[in-house]
Amino acid sequence: MLDKLALIPLMPFLGFLLNGLFGRRLGKTFVSIVGVGTAFASAILGSYATWEYVHTFHDGERHVDVVYQWFLSGGVGTDIAFQLDPLSIVMLMVVTWVGSLIHLYSVGYMHEEDGYFRYFSYLNLFLAMMLILILGSSYLFAFVGWEGVGLCSYLLIGYYYQTDFAPAAGKKAFVVNRIGDFGFLLAMFLMFMAFGSVDFGAVEKGAIGVGPGALVTGICVLMFVGACGKSAQMPLYVWLPDAMAGPTPVSALIHAATMVTAGVYLVVRSNVLFRMSPTAMAIVAFIGALTALFAATIGVAQNDIKKVLAYSTVSQLGFMFIAAGVGAYVAAIFHLVTHAFFKACLFLGSGSVIHAMGGEQDIRKMGGLRKHIPVTHWTFAIATFAIAGFPLAAGFFSKDEILASALATPYFASLGKVVWAMGTVAALFTAFYMYRLYYLTFAGEFRGTHEQEHHLHESPKTMTIPLIVLASLSAVGGLIGIPHLLGHSLHIPHVLEHWLEPVLTKVAGLRDGAFAVAEQPEIIVMAGSTILALAGWWFAKSKYATRGTAADEAFHENMPGLASTWENKYWVDELYDAIVVKPLHGFSTICWKVFDAIIDGLLSLAAYFIAALGDIIRFFQTGNVRNYALMLFLGVVVFIWVYV
Amino acid sequence: MTELLSNHLLSVILWLPLVGALAIALIPKRLEQQAKVAGLFVALATFVLSLGILQRFDDAEAGFQLVERSAWLPAWGVSYALGIDGISLWLTLLTTFLTPLVLLSAWNSVHKHVNSYIVAMLALEFGMIGSFLATDLLLFYVFFELMLVPMYLIIGVWGGPRRIYAAIKFFLFTIAGSLLMLVAILYLVFVIKGGSGAPTFNIVDLYGLAIPMKTQALLFFAFTLAFAIKVPLFPFHTWLPDAHVEAPTGGSIILAGVLLKLGTYGFLRFVLPFFPEATYKYAPVLAVLSVIGIIYGALVAWVQPDMKKLVAYSSVSHLGFCVLGIFAVTQTSIEGSILQMVSHGLSTGALFLLVGVIYDRRHTRMLADFGGLAKSMPVYATIFVIVALSSAGLPGLNGFVGEFLILTGSFKTLPWYAVVAASGVILAALYLLWLVQRVFFGPLDKDENKGLPDMQWNELAAVVPLLVFIVWIGVYPNTFLKKMEPSVRQLLTTVEDHHAAIGKLAVTEPDAPAANPVDGVSR
Repeated sequence: MLDKLALIPLMPFLGFLLNGLFGRRLGKTFVSIVGVGTAFASAILGSYATWEYVHTFHDGERHVDVVYQWFLSGGVGTDIAFQLDPLSIVMLMVVTWVGSLIHLYSVGYMHEEDGYFRYFSYLNLFLAMMLILILGSSYLFAFVGWEGVGLCSYLLIGYYYQTDFAPAAGKKAFVVNRIGDFGFLLAMFLMFMAFGSVDFGAVEKGAIGVGPGALVTGICVLMFVGACGKSAQMPLYVWLPDAMAGPTPVSALIHAATMVTAGVYLVVRSNVLFRMSPTAMAIVAFIGALTALFAATIGVAQNDIKKVLAYSTVSQLGFMFIAAGVGAYVAAIFHLVTHAFFKACLFLGSGSVIHAMGGEQDIRKMGGLRKHIPVTHWTFAIATFAIAGFPLAAGFFSKDEILASALATPYFASLGKVVWAMGTVAALFTAFYMYRLYYLTFAGEFRGTHEQEHHLHESPKTMTIPLIVLASLSAVGGLIGIPHLLGHSLHIPHVLEHWLEPVLTKVAGLRDGAFAVAEQPEIIVMAGSTILALAGWWFAKSKYATRGTAADEAFHENMPGLASTWENKYWVDELYDAIVVKPLHGFSTICWKVFDAIIDGLLSLAAYFIAALGDIIRFFQTGNVRNYALMLFLGVVVFIWVYV
Repeated sequence: MTELLSNHLLSVILWLPLVGALAIALIPKRLEQQAKVAGLFVALATFVLSLGILQRFDDAEAGFQLVERSAWLPAWGVSYALGIDGISLWLTLLTTFLTPLVLLSAWNSVHKHVNSYIVAMLALEFGMIGSFLATDLLLFYVFFELMLVPMYLIIGVWGGPRRIYAAIKFFLFTIAGSLLMLVAILYLVFVIKGGSGAPTFNIVDLYGLAIPMKTQALLFFAFTLAFAIKVPLFPFHTWLPDAHVEAPTGGSIILAGVLLKLGTYGFLRFVLPFFPEATYKYAPVLAVLSVIGIIYGALVAWVQPDMKKLVAYSSVSHLGFCVLGIFAVTQTSIEGSILQMVSHGLSTGALFLLVGVIYDRRHTRMLADFGGLAKSMPVYATIFVIVALSSAGLPGLNGFVGEFLILTGSFKTLPWYAVVAASGVILAALYLLWLVQRVFFGPLDKDENKGLPDMQWNELAAVVPLLVFIVWIGVYPNTFLKKMEPSVRQLLTTVEDHHAAIGKLAVTEPDAPAANPVDGVSR
């Protein structure tokens, strides 16, 4: 299997082709079998490859399986090659298994859809591209997957193509991502120029050879621009909330669990380069913290169940970048994994809620769903506890590790504290908006119509099984990263840290990719997180558990400025429209209507000038003998006048 | 017959379309169906024969292959000389590949003077193939000018409402540039080459002449103007949107697919090796114009209300990449540029073809008249989206590889230009996805669009081969790159050696402190 890694992405790619070409004719059963089957096949093959890898390589070496040379021209090019190493394996497990569960869930969720085959072929293509992204052995080949998942995201956001909003949201996602890709491309140009290769190993070696400096910082910053696009960080996060126009399982798979974490993967993958550039790390950490806090505040005032989760995703991705920025790469991946569990669970849960509510997404019209859809309720509750950082749930450990690392980072003392403070406040907001969401949806009295209440029903098994699996993982997923503080006395190792150690290459003269957090800050942070999670819970419970939306109304009445700022997302979309999109459109129109006309005018003028010149010259060549005689006569006159 | 094919393969490929055109001209006007079949047959036969070039092409050989040479005007050093190398190979094949597809696509959409249309197309093919195969400068010039006539007629006779204006504009723009080039050609051959021996129009003999810088600059600009108009490079592009909008679908496909490439091909074949010093010296000028063209073309494309004009302006943007790659003078960027020429021919050719498909049904190309077509024409929509993505440079499809090579290569010698040019990839997504969104998505709210038939057999037959190569180049571009590599390397050697030999002028490289004007080409 290790020499056939290509099969892992090839499976869902095959599913894409089959469903795309024949799915319309062969019906939904065929589509489901192919769509879900190929996803699970890649998960099984991936697991098998992992098993073989573990038995073949004992020190976490990088295994590269070259399929063929994609292109090479004047030293620029790369192979179509897949790699396995501990980092790729973590991503592989999350992507294939969570991905497969979401494929399964989609069977139930999308069953009534006309475009069922189209949906599954896109979803399969997405999985294939995501696998190329995480298994590709060079920046350039990973970029194929990187753009490929962007394409699928575009197609799936715009799945409901007959609306006006969904295709526009899809286009927005693609274009904003392209802005990030511009940075990624420039980073690769620099790599080719400086190292002559974009292979992960070669770049790492090359960077170590060159040493810290402007070059490495430049590469890192440009790469992070790419990460900001894909992973929805400021200022490029604006596409992700709009991406909720796509079907809910897509939001779970692409816009929460997998694709949007690609930027985090990229930074961790390049950890050696980042460690060489504290400047770049500081930028990453700060942007991450800013995004985490900013998005969390917006999440507090959203009323669309998916929008709350979308801003929550933006915010949680910010946490991952905090981790990557302060040098806690293991924590970044740890949170990536736990987030994949609980956020996928939350999105799928929200899908189940929307399903039950007959398409309703406004939480103000929900309430009291606890008794109607018990499985959805329980799984959602567990995932909420996990994301809010409730002690011992998955998000507790991972978020705690991030905040403790920020406080203790050896890279920059004061910025670390700032980042830690911002992250802590964001964590408080997180607990609050999540419990608000939970209580408004599931607690209290039902606030929808009678008809909706009548139709409330639990979702089918294909939907509840993935929910149960993901909820269980949200509950216990934190165990792969028990903090040393607890682990020492209980003799439980930090599994993930050991596993990822080989990825964080040790370089002489460079800080290690992992650093120990002293006991004291660890305790402070852990206690703090617990208090915050409980505080957020208590506060949200007191406001929303029984009184419905009264608290929101009070908020709007008492602090109208803040409430509307948050509800309107700080008017960032409007701002971008006013300062970027509109002026650019205006300028383009001027180019077309004015500049082109001027160019045409000048050339016409030149043509006119030539024509006029022709008219004058024509006088000398009229073929009219009298004219020539006149010329002759004038010539003689001039001659005589000059020389005589 | 086999003897003819083995010794004069290029001649056979060159003359077959013309012979076919003459024969079809004899078919009575009313036998349209027969003329169509005959035309398609001739074009297909030419294509099949041109595959013979591939079979006999030596990948390791850098110079001209399959050469044929016989004296034409010996006193002036003019000969009928043909040859093919890694630079012209794919462009020639692109020409023979596109022509049958164009005839196919026009099967049911050209209604007047059908036979003459086919004759004009085949005559055009003759001119295009001749331009790529000629290894004699005067012969090249003859073909280069000869192409104008059928193209002029195609726009002027089978075009839209403003066809006469567009045809004349096209003709005047192109001829203005090429006449100046003729003067430069004559000066180059008779004054410079003839000054130190017998004059010759043999291209290879004209490479690397020691031309004084002042003269070189003048000749450089004379040639460059001709090719810049053809490409078209900003600010000489204003003829293109008019020509495209008025031209019939087939005319647009050939115009964008092949004719424009004569400009970029001319830079590679003549400008760089004839005038290496001037090339280095004025590369930044050309680079600036290319980069402006990339951004300008993309921005203007974005605000077009007419699909065809949008695609036309996108050509300005895409061809800007090609010119940038050429004047960056690196192995990578030039190979990328040639690949991009082919890619652009396929993608933009396909886009024009697809715009023609909807125009035949609705007799409008205005974006505002569409919306929601994905519902009524799903196959058409799917193909259109794939082609649009290939044009937008999605990795895995053809557009990406060429652009990536151009930008990465240019980054070494003209870094800041490459950076600005790279932002063109953002804009490409913007205008192409806007086009897709406006035409195919949203509610299907116009009654005229509701019962539209999906793709017809001839339309599919024309577009599917394009799709095959769109994917092929994206997935395995080495097929194409490996055959062009030795020729490009030799071209670079010609340019560099000469440059080093003269060595008096400093390399004009204000932007590359890395002191690496051309990459070391190591494999």
